[in-house]
Amino acid sequence: MQDAVLFSFQWWTEPLGTWMAWTRATAAFFLFIAASIAAMGVWEYYVPGGAPRRGLFAIDTTRGDRLFISLLGSAFIFIAWLFFAGPPLWWPLLICLLWALFVFRYI
Amino acid sequence: MNKTVNQKAWFLVLPVLVLVAFNAIVPLMTVVNYSVQETFGDNVFFWSGISWFEDILKSPRFHDALGRQLFFTFTILLIEVPLGVIIALAMPRKGVWVSVCLVLMAMPLLIPWNVVGAMWNIFALPEIGLMGKALNALGFDYNYTRQPGDAWFTLILMDVWHWTSLVVLLAYAGLVSIPDAYYQAAKIDGASAWSIFRFIQLPKMKRVLTIAILLRFMDSFNIYTEPSVLTGGGPGNSTTLLSIDLVKIALGQFDLGPAAAMSLIYFLVILLMSWIFYTVMTRDEENQ
Repeated sequence: MQDAVLFSFQWWTEPLGTWMAWTRATAAFFLFIAASIAAMGVWEYYVPGGAPRRGLFAIDTTRGDRLFISLLGSAFIFIAWLFFAGPPLWWPLLICLLWALFVFRYI
Repeated sequence: MNKTVNQKAWFLVLPVLVLVAFNAIVPLMTVVNYSVQETFGDNVFFWSGISWFEDILKSPRFHDALGRQLFFTFTILLIEVPLGVIIALAMPRKGVWVSVCLVLMAMPLLIPWNVVGAMWNIFALPEIGLMGKALNALGFDYNYTRQPGDAWFTLILMDVWHWTSLVVLLAYAGLVSIPDAYYQAAKIDGASAWSIFRFIQLPKMKRVLTIAILLRFMDSFNIYTEPSVLTGGGPGNSTTLLSIDLVKIALGQFDLGPAAAMSLIYFLVILLMSWIFYTVMTRDEENQ
């Protein structure tokens, strides 16, 4: 197989060996989640303030809870978009970012 | 007083982390990887993007299985939780009968799931099974291998038989932890049996009932072995729950991509519902 151009579609999606069937795209997805969790740690270290607080939904949430709600909500935003509209998924990505901002600010 | 900062204790959770990584995180990641690819075996994969998710989300087969799953789960919760509480209230608190009742209650929980399925499969057979034959002798046209309604009846009865005792044991643990002083106070105030239940027993059982409902919800949403042995998803597809359908796609048809996409959606639904249950049920506690 011809070498894929860096950051091309083929580069992102070609199989990387057989163990766990990794591709760069799925690896990037998990790296993003791991980086988010790590960033939460760094944030708490430099700007403490992760104690539970009560937001719009009248539930007590810590920063970690808000990350969880953002990620879980995003998954369902993508699922709903796929169900009602279908690809491409750039619009739901934007909605997810707004959702995460909303959750971290108000929930 | 200055506290010593010592973070070395974190290393003690490392074994658990490794264990969880290998039995939960690595398999889950693999499923995510499968869900965006197509394979024809031999560990050769082709990128397919989000097409499996689209297929599953729009497939009537998935909608039907999800509907049946929700119906099953909410039906057994509606039966098992009140029934479990009633039985726990009726159980003795002192004397030799306590142990007898507890052992009797624990028995169904000790039986392996596939044995439970096999037992009920034979027990409910209309020609030779005790229950099946008895129902037919009483004039009911009962045949769970042919009639969807009967299959559902048997399935729910089997789950109630198998799992109500879990709710009973948890509710009972909550009940015996209530100090006598509460009952004495209620007696002095002349509280009725209903008031005692509503204002003393139920609030004290709330925590264990939360655990019971969460456990029963997650277990029944994941249930596979018992219905698979009892009805195998039949007659037709009438008792094909999500897990049975998933196994059919993954191991029967060997469609790993669609099966992976379906299991991720399945997983997200369980995660969301468990989170909602947990949040709603623990919210009042924080308010107090």
